[in-house]
Amino acid sequence: MELMVRIKKKLRNFTLDADFAVKDEVFALLGASGCGKSMTLKCIAGIETPDSGYIVLNGRVLFDSEKKINLAPQKRRVGYLFQNYALFPNMTVRENIRFAASGTDAEKKQKVQANLERFSLLDLADAYPAELSGGQQQRTAFARILASDAELLLLDEPFSALDSYLKWQLELELGKVLQSYEKTALLVSHDRGEVYRLADKVAVINQGKMEKVHEKKALFKQPESLAAALLTGCKNVSVASPLDNQHVRADDWQVDLLATNVPAKSKYVGIRAHFLKFRPGPGENTIPVDIVQVIEDTFSMLVMVRKAGSDGKTIRCELSKQEWQEWQQWQETGKPIYLHLPPEKIMVLAD
Amino acid sequence: MELSPLVITLETAGAATVVTFFAGIGLAWMVVRMNHFKGLADAIITLPMVLPPTVVGFFLLLFLGKRSMVGRFLLQWDVSLVFTWQAAVIAAIVVSLPLMYRTARGAFEQLEPNVIYAAQTLGVSEWRIFWQVLLPNARSGILAGLVLSFTRALGEFGATIMFAGNIPGKTQTMSTAIYAAVQANDYALAFDWAMVIVFFSLFFVVLMNWWIARSGKEGCLWN
Repeated sequence: MELMVRIKKKLRNFTLDADFAVKDEVFALLGASGCGKSMTLKCIAGIETPDSGYIVLNGRVLFDSEKKINLAPQKRRVGYLFQNYALFPNMTVRENIRFAASGTDAEKKQKVQANLERFSLLDLADAYPAELSGGQQQRTAFARILASDAELLLLDEPFSALDSYLKWQLELELGKVLQSYEKTALLVSHDRGEVYRLADKVAVINQGKMEKVHEKKALFKQPESLAAALLTGCKNVSVASPLDNQHVRADDWQVDLLATNVPAKSKYVGIRAHFLKFRPGPGENTIPVDIVQVIEDTFSMLVMVRKAGSDGKTIRCELSKQEWQEWQQWQETGKPIYLHLPPEKIMVLAD
Repeated sequence: MELSPLVITLETAGAATVVTFFAGIGLAWMVVRMNHFKGLADAIITLPMVLPPTVVGFFLLLFLGKRSMVGRFLLQWDVSLVFTWQAAVIAAIVVSLPLMYRTARGAFEQLEPNVIYAAQTLGVSEWRIFWQVLLPNARSGILAGLVLSFTRALGEFGATIMFAGNIPGKTQTMSTAIYAAVQANDYALAFDWAMVIVFFSLFFVVLMNWWIARSGKEGCLWN
């Protein structure tokens, strides 16, 4: 199972430029909304037509602008799980699955039955989509795709419109489906958690431009671009000027920092909020700070600080409520607080 | 009271509605899927709705009358359309088609596009998508179009009188009968026919509303 995609398509605000290959794995495109990630899926499914390039699935050419090949969506065998599941509202669960199944009547019946069982939909077989919960609709949509002859699964923001508890339930189910599916799947999402939990490989897509494909762990540990850092959840970024190959000036924060490796073309530095530590005194990569704002979050404290006496951009630190209590007492004694930015956690970013 | 205007009206409106129903849906589906000249195609199909019916009748005479190309062609077999029952049907088709077309088009455009894309990616042919997904899910709009175009055909006057005339027992419909009665100062007869038209129109519109309300109940909601 192999998918090769290299397409360009001019959109209103930017040009979509996607170039990647996937083989027997779950591949995720991580991007902010409106960055062209859904458009990429639509081009693969044949709902939209790219301006140029090619799309090849298991050796079959689905699209090739030079050879003037553009298969109809019906001929592509690409399963598309839509954000709102797009079930046929005039058909029951059973009819929805049957409508997608191919073959003789006996084969259809067998496919319908097998998928009803597989997705625990037997009791709901005669219900209409409007009577189903979000999870049941998702299962029906999956059953429908698996009853068709899809060779590839496209997942378009599968949980975007759900509340967090339901989302988690559906994600667990999706994880199970993906494990048993054993085919190539392409997931599009703006949610870094979802991507981290479900995918094997990740590529960040920013304003239509796809960045390098990464193993997910590598991407989250060491993002290379500003967009990747922000999408993987980094809350603190500053414009940066490299000083030498180990030192960088964070212009927004007005501090000079030691980092493990500073390429000359670096443009930004970033550090995740939970890697920041308060210290009682100065040291390496440790600066005196003023507490600007303290926000109580559900299970942690968010403390906004800036370099003492400066007008630099604030830095967001995240620590446990208990830890913060101790620092609050420390602060009440009138002593200054220092902020430590561990050099190995500093992410030096390109554009 | 001579009943032929009622019979002729129901027959012409009925025959016209059969044609309008299929042509309107077909045209709506065609225009929805057009990429170029969509606005122009829409305007041409809608034109009979906004033009004065006399203008529509005049053009029908011009294009299908005895002196037109079509008219001369038909004369070879001694067939003439003008002032016939068929002419009344054609006039009713032309004026009622835009109503069917517009309501069907509105219904198609309201369909969730992802549902159609889903059917396509699942490998379902366009033909099955049209019959089993599009039509059933657009049915309230299509029913509304059916009733609107039928009631419009029932009340058709201007184009009919120009193209089919007002021949009692042959092309005289209820609305042209009212005109003739008023001309002959027979207000009582005009009133009777007017009441019949009001009754029929009201009946069909109420039927439409009931139909739509009922069809909305069965899982027709887009999720």
